[in-house]
Amino acid sequence: MVTRPLRAGRLDKVSTEIETPGVAAVFAPRSRSGVALRVTPVDAVGLEARASTFTTRSIKTTSKRAAIHLAISCIDLTTLEGMDTPGKVAALCRKAVRPEPTDAAIPSVAAVCVYPQMVPAAVKHTAGTGVLVASVAGAFPSGQSSLAVRTADIEQAVADGANEIDIVISRGAFLSGDYRYVFNEIETQKAACGPAHMKVILETGELGTYDQIRKASMLAMAAGADFIKTSTGKVANNSSMPVALCMAEAIRDYAEQTGEVVGLKVAGGIRTAKQAWHYLVLIGETLGAEWLTPDLFRIGASSLLNDLLLQLQKLDTGHYSGPNYVSVD
Amino acid sequence: MAERLDVQKTYKLFIGGAFPRSESGRTFAVLGPDGSLIANVAAASRKDLRDAVVAARAAQPGWAGRTAYNRGQILYRVAEVMEGRRTQFADELRRCGVEARAAKQEVERAIDRWVWYAGWCDKFHHIAGTVNSVAGPYFNFTTPEPTGVVGIVAPGTPGLLGLVSRLAPALVSGNTTIVLTGEASPFTAVSMSEVVATSDVPGGVVNILTGATHDLLPWLLGHRDVNAVDLTGAPPDLQASVIAEAADNVKRLIRGEPDDQSPYVIADFCEMKTVWHPIGQ
Amino acid sequence: MADEIEPASRSNSSLPARVKFDLDYAPALESTSIVSIADEYGLFIGGQFVEPESGEKFTTVSPSTEKALSQISSASAVDVDRAVKAARRAHTKVWGPMSGRDRAKYLFRIARQLQERAREFAVLETIDGGKPIRESRDVDVPLAAAHFFYHAGWADKLEYAFPDRRIAPKGVVGQIIPWNFPLLMLAWKVAPALATGNTVVLKPAETTSLTALLFAQLLQDVDLPPGVVNIVTGAGATGSALVDHGDLDKLAFTGSTSVGKQIQRSASARGVPLTLELGGKAAHIVFEDAAIDQAVEGVINGIYFNQGHVCCAGSRLLVQESIAESFVDRLKNRLSTVRVGDPLDKNTDVGAINSAEQLGRITELVAAGVAEGAELYQPQCSLPDRGYWFRPTIFTNVQQSHRIAREEIFGPVLSVLTFRTPEEAVAKANDTQYGLSAGIWTEKGSKILWMADQLDAGVIWANTFNQFDAASPFGGYKESGFGREGGLQGLAPYVSLSSPRGVA
Repeated sequence: MVTRPLRAGRLDKVSTEIETPGVAAVFAPRSRSGVALRVTPVDAVGLEARASTFTTRSIKTTSKRAAIHLAISCIDLTTLEGMDTPGKVAALCRKAVRPEPTDAAIPSVAAVCVYPQMVPAAVKHTAGTGVLVASVAGAFPSGQSSLAVRTADIEQAVADGANEIDIVISRGAFLSGDYRYVFNEIETQKAACGPAHMKVILETGELGTYDQIRKASMLAMAAGADFIKTSTGKVANNSSMPVALCMAEAIRDYAEQTGEVVGLKVAGGIRTAKQAWHYLVLIGETLGAEWLTPDLFRIGASSLLNDLLLQLQKLDTGHYSGPNYVSVD
Repeated sequence: MAERLDVQKTYKLFIGGAFPRSESGRTFAVLGPDGSLIANVAAASRKDLRDAVVAARAAQPGWAGRTAYNRGQILYRVAEVMEGRRTQFADELRRCGVEARAAKQEVERAIDRWVWYAGWCDKFHHIAGTVNSVAGPYFNFTTPEPTGVVGIVAPGTPGLLGLVSRLAPALVSGNTTIVLTGEASPFTAVSMSEVVATSDVPGGVVNILTGATHDLLPWLLGHRDVNAVDLTGAPPDLQASVIAEAADNVKRLIRGEPDDQSPYVIADFCEMKTVWHPIGQ
Repeated sequence: MADEIEPASRSNSSLPARVKFDLDYAPALESTSIVSIADEYGLFIGGQFVEPESGEKFTTVSPSTEKALSQISSASAVDVDRAVKAARRAHTKVWGPMSGRDRAKYLFRIARQLQERAREFAVLETIDGGKPIRESRDVDVPLAAAHFFYHAGWADKLEYAFPDRRIAPKGVVGQIIPWNFPLLMLAWKVAPALATGNTVVLKPAETTSLTALLFAQLLQDVDLPPGVVNIVTGAGATGSALVDHGDLDKLAFTGSTSVGKQIQRSASARGVPLTLELGGKAAHIVFEDAAIDQAVEGVINGIYFNQGHVCCAGSRLLVQESIAESFVDRLKNRLSTVRVGDPLDKNTDVGAINSAEQLGRITELVAAGVAEGAELYQPQCSLPDRGYWFRPTIFTNVQQSHRIAREEIFGPVLSVLTFRTPEEAVAKANDTQYGLSAGIWTEKGSKILWMADQLDAGVIWANTFNQFDAASPFGGYKESGFGREGGLQGLAPYVSLSSPRGVA
């Protein structure tokens, strides 16, 4: 199991300039180091126009292989179904560690992502491989349980060996303006993570506007997120280019204001290599090449991996490939 | 040598972009001048009407949400496809008793009228919308919006031109439509359905129901999810008590002319929305 | 790709030190096989391509490679006269008497064919003028087609544009267009003229004649009656011949303010109705309460789109002082991802400068800016060996009295000034003899409307920039010209209105 160093000041309690409940909340969070954060408004039309320009970049054929390898190495290979079993997880882990059985040069993915009950199986089947185990925890996907239950969920997953924990924010509390509550719950769950890294899922499809997404991003980062993540993948609206751009701009803004570096995970609906490429362009042009690493960028996906492998096959053979030529796991 | 046997056509309803038969299974017969059967045409029931309203309502936000330019392009494409079917339309009018030269002219006028209305999509606001000079530091504008789902009773004659003259203006601003075409010119109605279906018009924007108008009209006038009804083609014996049903949801009732072309007809199918905003630092 | 995160050096107001991003974007070259450029072109007069009377031709080059593309005919005063006569005949016999409905059908045909041959026109426009293929493909050609579609719909509806008037076309109109949006400027001129029943003699810019000549071939394909549109290629002398021709009923010019003034002197002396669309030095105003990231996009687009060869370019950034430093930092960071290069490469954002001449003007003014004491910034980017290129440039420390704050550069050069209050922003924005356009970035609606009210500009973009639409009138205040193109108001210059009730 790979451990990660904590960033300094992570567990310091930081106050937010949020007034008492019952009074309209003023949204003015402070970062972990005490910097009062500015949240810039977002113009939806301009944001969406800029997001669409990333899809117009073309990549050199000689660099396609590197881009595909990068995308693969940034995947959190995911299974989050009620019918998951240790057997299913074992197959997933095998695929995660060695995506293409005949080619050891193709990298492993970054992590597998499973439900807490499946963590022991995931740990067992990734042991000694460098592939991390991420667990959704904290009453994923709705988050509609008490904070005590949610922290217990997290503590169990960490005790079972999870390296990373993906939690959700309380959208209801956020949309009703109870930012103090949301800040507190993130902070508390972060403490429960202990040494594990925490990704905070904003569930952008439920937040309504890009302004809300920007606000939630800043709040989550201030409260201790190592990564901010778009979606659970369990609702109708998941990640999209404009949503990812909005969050990437928030990450950039947060880094500029505080010096603290947070990662971005996009999840839900990313199925093709082409989409993955567009996200790489978005990250590269918005945050810079420093963010193009599994330490700071992840794609939560399942079928994407096979499409990436099919693209590699096309590079190798010159022919378009088909589903018979990759494994179903 | 034996004459070639023709493949006979089924004349069905057009609802939600598809061609179903009536859920009632009923048809009405169209007879030739010698009394022989030309075709059995689907006779729409009140349930078909109900389904058409559902389809029209579902399609309305998308149709109204397109840019005016895009609607204009789609409507222009309808005219292109009509142009390709000029002979078919003329034949069908002749079958209903229209003399050959008049049929040809009617088809040409109908296509040209459709083109005329298509060109209004991105210009209508120039003349129907306004910036209003209010006596205060406010920017105030009025903009026309489509009323929503519109029922249209197509005029019996002229069979094609009447249909076009009432349908096109309703579509320009973003309304979706249910057209009752009656029993007089069913073939042109169905050909128009085929044109619409092959012209990039989204399903549900135009729904065409052949069948007895006097059976369907009370249901149309009483339907609470229909915003307006165009009575230009309504039968003259339509009872006042039936029309009064429209008041149940304060429907807009429109009466125009079967052979008219004017942007004010477009306005008949619109609401006017006025917006205020202060001007200041 | 980095394997570890380098702790970036961070100051209070600057972003992490940026590695120049390059995820190896390839040359993604658009194929040019769709275009075939003839060795030489005649003039398009009376529906035919004809040799110029003098036989004189000049070379047109591709500004990104300096390669010769073709020999273009140089129209003399005699040729211009032939063209005007052809236009007059067509107007009297065919186009003037024609119904609006039929004129509409021709215009619909033109629009349709422009859409069908869109890729061909886009590639040719890029080769001839130097603008990126993404722009000609996604902006120039679609807008040109839309312009014809829009005006086709007006041809048979003029009584609604001018109620209670007897409406007549002006007659034969002379039109001179610039090199920055060759096909689009042709559409802006020809479409309203034809829709309202006029016939046309048009002179394209001498460095960008090719899409106009391809358009002439398109007009033959749609069977437009001969003489309705005539195209006389050539340089300044051809333009003068057209302006001075005695049998024109109207003149329309888009180009530099200095030439526009000359034309006005000539035309007004002879009583020829005139519309002018001239230069600009637009203020791009960013308030502290703007949606900052989108404002950055808007400012970048406002000055670097089309290499800054845009009359309405946002060439003066007026940024609120409280955010000035961080905003300029963001602009510089954003500039690091802007790609200058081969216009045919789909990855290129900024293409070639249109001509050696224009490059010289830009260079001179930029040098003047440095000499005046402004601070110059340019991102590192390699430029091709051949062709005319200029790196995107930002000048800070610019004062109202600097040449680079007052003169139109017409290149990818942004001058940055600051302001403290809305009144000050208005005063600085209006402190210019130009008045074509302005941009306002703030999330506050009332402030947008107040600023729009105060700014002396014909086109004001709020929370966006460089938006164009056939339905939206475009044109300037003050020395940026007069008359509008597009929309309801754009029809007026092309018609003569009189009382329908006749003389008693």
